[in-house]
Amino acid sequence: MTVPAVEAVDVWRTYELDGVSVSALRGVSLTIDQGEYVAVIGPSGSGKSTLMHLLGGLDRPSGGRLVIGGRDVTTLTAPELATLRNETIGFVFQAFHLLARTSAVDNVALPLVYRGVGARQRRERAAAMLGRVGLGHRLHHRPNQLSGGEQQRVAIARALVTVPAVLLADEPTGNLDSATGEAVLELLEQLNAESGVALVMVTHDQEVAARARRRIAVRDGLIRSDSAHDRPPSDGSGVPATLDPAPSAEPRSVSGSGPGHPPGGSGGAAGATGRLPRPGERPRAEQRLPRSGGDAG
Amino acid sequence: MRLAEAWRVAWDALRANRLRSVLTMLGVIIGVASVVILVAIGTGTKQQVEQQVEGLGSNLLLVVPGRIEVGNAPVVSPLDLSDADAVSRVVGDPGRVAVTVASGATARAGNRSDFTTVQGVLETTPSVFTRSLSRGRYLTGADVDTSRRVAVLGDSVARALFPDRDPLGQQVTLAGVRFRVIGVFAPLGQSLGVDRDDEVHVPVTAAQRLWGTQRIDGIAVKAPDRERIDELGERIVAELSRRHPDTEFSAVTQRQILGVLGDILGVLTGVLAAIAGISLLVGGVGVSNIMLVSVRERTREIGLRKAVGARPRDIGVQFLLEAVLLTSVGGLTGMALGVGTALLVDALSPIPAAITWWSLALAFGVSAAVGIVFGVVPAQRAGRLDPVVALRAE
Ligand SMILES: Nc1ncnc2c1ncn2[C@@H]1O[C@H](COP(=O)(O)OP(=O)(O)O)[C@@H](O)[C@H]1O
Ligand SMILES: [Mg+2]
Repeated sequence: MTVPAVEAVDVWRTYELDGVSVSALRGVSLTIDQGEYVAVIGPSGSGKSTLMHLLGGLDRPSGGRLVIGGRDVTTLTAPELATLRNETIGFVFQAFHLLARTSAVDNVALPLVYRGVGARQRRERAAAMLGRVGLGHRLHHRPNQLSGGEQQRVAIARALVTVPAVLLADEPTGNLDSATGEAVLELLEQLNAESGVALVMVTHDQEVAARARRRIAVRDGLIRSDSAHDRPPSDGSGVPATLDPAPSAEPRSVSGSGPGHPPGGSGGAAGATGRLPRPGERPRAEQRLPRSGGDAG
Repeated sequence: MRLAEAWRVAWDALRANRLRSVLTMLGVIIGVASVVILVAIGTGTKQQVEQQVEGLGSNLLLVVPGRIEVGNAPVVSPLDLSDADAVSRVVGDPGRVAVTVASGATARAGNRSDFTTVQGVLETTPSVFTRSLSRGRYLTGADVDTSRRVAVLGDSVARALFPDRDPLGQQVTLAGVRFRVIGVFAPLGQSLGVDRDDEVHVPVTAAQRLWGTQRIDGIAVKAPDRERIDELGERIVAELSRRHPDTEFSAVTQRQILGVLGDILGVLTGVLAAIAGISLLVGGVGVSNIMLVSVRERTREIGLRKAVGARPRDIGVQFLLEAVLLTSVGGLTGMALGVGTALLVDALSPIPAAITWWSLALAFGVSAAVGIVFGVVPAQRAGRLDPVVALRAE
C-alpha cells in the first residue's frame, strides 16, 4: 500500500443560503485506499452526495484538508482540479448523465477528449471499455436507444475509460429496477475486483452495503461509523489480489455480457451465468432475501 | 481539448438544433447581405457618376452664376451672349467656349409627343463636351447666326417621336414652333436615374427667340492648358464679375465636381452601410440571446463535461466557437446572398452595383467579430458554472 487514493481530514462543506450558513459536512475524516470497495450509507440529506463531490474534486471543502491522488485540493486552480478529476476520478451518477445526441462510444470517449487523445485512439479505447461492460454490440446506439441498465453501463464505461484510481458512484442503481440494478452492481463489483479501481458507492440499500468490505454511515454531515475502524480487515486488507492499472486487451469477460444475455437484464437471471467468482461474495439467494424495513432514508 | 475537436463539437451542437440555428443565422444573413448590397449600390453609383464626369474631360470648366455648393439655391442668370464673347476673348479661342439656355418643352411629331429638355447651344458644343452623333450633322455657326429652326435630337427623343421612321429631315414642334431635324446624338445612357438622352439641341439664338429672352444659363470652357485651368477660371470669373458687379460667379472644374459628388455619394454609401450595420448588430444580439438559452438548456451537459475533466476554458471555448460558427456561416451565406442580389440588380435594373472586396472582407470580419463579442458573455457564463450545481439542474 502506497499513497491513499483520497484522504480527507476534518473536512467541512458549508453553504450560504440567504445569509444563513448550512453545513452539509461538519468535520469528516476518512481515507480511501487503492482498490478499496466502500459503501456509503445514510439518510437522505445527510451529506452523502456532498461527500462524493468533494472526494471527486468536483467541489472544494470550506474547511479541512483534502488530498486527492497525493495533491492537496486547496492548492489547485480550477483547470488543475479539472485535470486531476480527469486523471484520477471516475463518476457514476444516479441519473446517468449521458450526452443525449451522442453515440455510446462517443459518450464513453468524452473524458479522453479533455485529455487530448486523438479521435481514433479515443474510439478504440472507448469501444474496448464498452466491451468490458458488456455493450460491445451497442457502440453506435444513442442513449434513448438503450435501456436504463445499458445507459448506466455506458456511464460506468465512461468513468473507467481513463483508468482512474477511484470510481465514485452516487446511488448508481437508484433509477433502475431491482434486477437491472443488481446486474449493474455486480458489474461495478467485478470491475473493482479486476482492475483495482477503488469503488466508493452511495446506496440506500443496507443489503447492498453489506456486500462492501467497508461501510461508512453518514448522518447530519458527520461519519457515524466506519467499519474500517470497527474491525480491521482480516482478509488481507481488503485490497484485491490483482492491481491492474490499465484495462488489459485480453477479453476478460464481464458479468452478464455473454452472448444471448438480455440487455439490462430481467428477472434475477442477470449475472447468473458466465460470471467470475469473486472472493467474499455472498450466495445469490441471500442477496435476494426480502428486506426487513432497514431501508435508509 | 484540441481546437479541431472544439470546432466539431460546436458544429454538432448547431446541427442538432438546425431550425433554431438557421433562424438565428437569419439575422446575421440579412445584416451581412444588406451591407454587401447597399455598399455595392453606393459604390456602383459613385463609379458610374465619376466615369460620366470624367467623360467630360479633365480640362472642362463650367462657369455659372452663384456658388457651387451643396444646398445653395440656383441664382437667376444675368449672362447673355455678349458675356460668352467676353469669355472667348479671355480664353483666346471661341471654339473652346460653349453656352446653354435650357428649358423643359413638349416636342411633337405627327401625333406623337415627348416632354423633354430643349437646350439652346452654340455650334461648339460637341467639341467642348465631347459628344458624337449617330446620324446627320450638328448645328453650324451659320445655323446659330441666322437663328435657323433646326434641331439635333437626343437618342431617347428620336426613339419616342420617330419609332419607325428616319427622323432626319422630319419636322418637330418645340413649344409650338416647327423645327427641322438635322441630326441624332449617339446614346449616353443614364446617370443617377436621369436619362441623359432626353434632350434636344437647337441654336441658342432660336431658343432665345422661342422663350423671348436674351439670357443664357451658363458657359462652359474647354481649357487649352490643363495645368493652368484654375488660373483661367479665376480670370473668367474676374471678367464676368467686372461686367456684372452684383452677381457672384463660380468656375468649377471636373476635379471639383468629382470631389463634391464623391463626398455626397461617399456619405450616402456610409449611411446605407450604417443602416445595414444596425441590422447586423440586431442579428448579433439574437445570437447572444440564443447562446444564453443554449447554455441554460445544456447546463447538465456542461456539468457532466466538467465532471469528466473539462476545464472552464474548454467549456468557454466550446460555446464561443459555437457563436462564432453561427455568425460566420451566417456571414458567408449573407455574403453569397448579397453578391448574388447585387449582381442581379446590376444586370436587371438601371441601378448600378459594384462588388468591392473591402465590403466583403468587412462584412465577414464584422460578422465573425459579432460572434465573438456577443458570444463572450454566454461562453463565460458556461465556463464558470459550478459543476455540482450544473449536474443538479433540471
Ligand atoms: N448547493 C446547495 N446549497 C445549499 N444547500 C445544499 C446544497 N447542496 C446540498 N445542500 C444541503 O446539504 C445537505 C446534504 O445534501 P446531500 O449531500 O445532497 O445529501 P444526500 O446526498 O445525503 O441526500 C442537505 O441538507 C442539502 O439541502
Ligand atoms: Mg444524494
